[in-house]
Amino acid sequence: MTLTEPAANTPVVSAQGVRKHFGQNEVLKGIDLEVLPGEVLCLIGPSGSGKSTFLRCINHLERVDGGLLRVEGQLVGYREKNGKLYELREKEVAERRRGIGMVFQRFNLFPHMTAEQNVLEAPVQVLGEPTHEARERARALLDRVGLGDKYKAYPRELSGGQQQRVAIARALAMRPRLMLFDEPTSALDPELVGEVLDVMKQLAEEGMTMLVVTHEMGFAREVGDTLVFMDDGVVVESGDPAEVLAKPRHERTQAFLSKVL
Amino acid sequence: MSVPSSDVVAVPVRHYGRWVGAAAVLVVLALLGVAFANADIDYGVTAQFFTAPTILHGMVNTLIISVLAQGLGIGLGVLAAVMRISRNPVTSSVAAVYIWFFRGTPVLVQLLVWYNLAYVFPTITLPGLGTWQTNDVMTPFLAALLGLGINEGAYMAEIVRAGISSVDEGQTEAAHALGMSPGKTMRRIVLPQAMRVIIPPTGNEFINMLKTSSLAYAIQYNELLQSAVKIYSNNLAIIELLFTVSLWYLILTSVFSIVQYRIERRFSRGTRGMQEGQLGRLLKNLRMGRNP
Repeated sequence: MTLTEPAANTPVVSAQGVRKHFGQNEVLKGIDLEVLPGEVLCLIGPSGSGKSTFLRCINHLERVDGGLLRVEGQLVGYREKNGKLYELREKEVAERRRGIGMVFQRFNLFPHMTAEQNVLEAPVQVLGEPTHEARERARALLDRVGLGDKYKAYPRELSGGQQQRVAIARALAMRPRLMLFDEPTSALDPELVGEVLDVMKQLAEEGMTMLVVTHEMGFAREVGDTLVFMDDGVVVESGDPAEVLAKPRHERTQAFLSKVL
Repeated sequence: MSVPSSDVVAVPVRHYGRWVGAAAVLVVLALLGVAFANADIDYGVTAQFFTAPTILHGMVNTLIISVLAQGLGIGLGVLAAVMRISRNPVTSSVAAVYIWFFRGTPVLVQLLVWYNLAYVFPTITLPGLGTWQTNDVMTPFLAALLGLGINEGAYMAEIVRAGISSVDEGQTEAAHALGMSPGKTMRRIVLPQAMRVIIPPTGNEFINMLKTSSLAYAIQYNELLQSAVKIYSNNLAIIELLFTVSLWYLILTSVFSIVQYRIERRFSRGTRGMQEGQLGRLLKNLRMGRNP
């Protein structure tokens, strides 16, 4: 691992005035936010509010245009040296991403690989783990997400919920210290949402630091430590999930929650 | 809507136009047949040389140069396609110019230039290895391989690029999120999935290559057409020999068309319209009755 182990009180993610625009369209207008080790932070907000973009900035799938965004104390996409910032090379970006797991709305499993191969691909190709070790770990991870009988199944043979659980196992195979979830249940049939949320809940209970963009208010209330409401590229309100959901202070939060609850 | 029961006679749409069309085609074919039969062509010579050693030798060489040039083309095509979509402006531009130039000039001219490379570079020097006369190195075979292969690479580059862009962006993102480098992502994740799109047109390109390789006769490479030229410059049976090699080209392209069709069907499993061949579809369309 290239990242130094952070001190217990260092935030895993810390954002100060993070900005991002696509052309003329400013998507993030100065985001301030912190995620502490072991914390489960749920990001909610209307579509187009910038929550997914912010999540994607954290592992540099989008480049930040302004402000400071740090993961485990290190600036995302830059190296600090003698008071100057040096943009990272693609190889260095790839190295930093290893410590961050990401789960996508549309699963993005590799369709030409079985569930097991999906999970062991990165440990073997990126970390250079011996294949037999990686396979054992992959199977253990698939067992853990309840797919012990699907090692050899291809993604197209799995339901959406099963695919998303393979995707979670795939991310966990890199032993991440932070997990990003980008609307992990939004593409699922309603009856399949629960199985994915159960896996995420279990992960939270094991102490994983998680940043979850979601529309599942029940999950946010039950599992989340912090709830952040974003709208129009800014953080409008944040706090204890139960409190925010029950007594939103801000007008925009109230308007949003009255529509989704 | 009701389904007719078995004792009701349901008359399917009659396709009289198809019968008329088929008759017209047969008439035209018959007229052409008469014309060729009465022409001043000795078909005995065409048949006689069909298995002549010179012709068979040329046929084998045509196969060899086609396979090797197509292989070189695929290699260069993948390289140029990856360079073309690179974010590095230098690599991207180099690939763009390569594709532009080699698609934009006649392949016959390219062959001639390779063969006559000595006009530009009289000698070839590899530092530490020695110096050679270009004319000794640039055999007809090498010139044909470079000319056809490098030209083919430019076409393959566009095919590979289309294949790469057909792969969902999310695949690249997922691989990047796992910490895979751009190169690994391309090799392990994107290219294997792009194959489904790349393989069918590549089969087409190879069938094209079988025929395009005949241009190498202009630089004295001993391929199929060249062997016909060698024979007819002695016996003057020009058309007869051209028919002989045309038959061979037809056989080669037919065989590889069948191979291509099978590969294509394998890669488009689960999609409609690939289940029956041209002949099956023709017969089905001509049938008078209701389609099963």
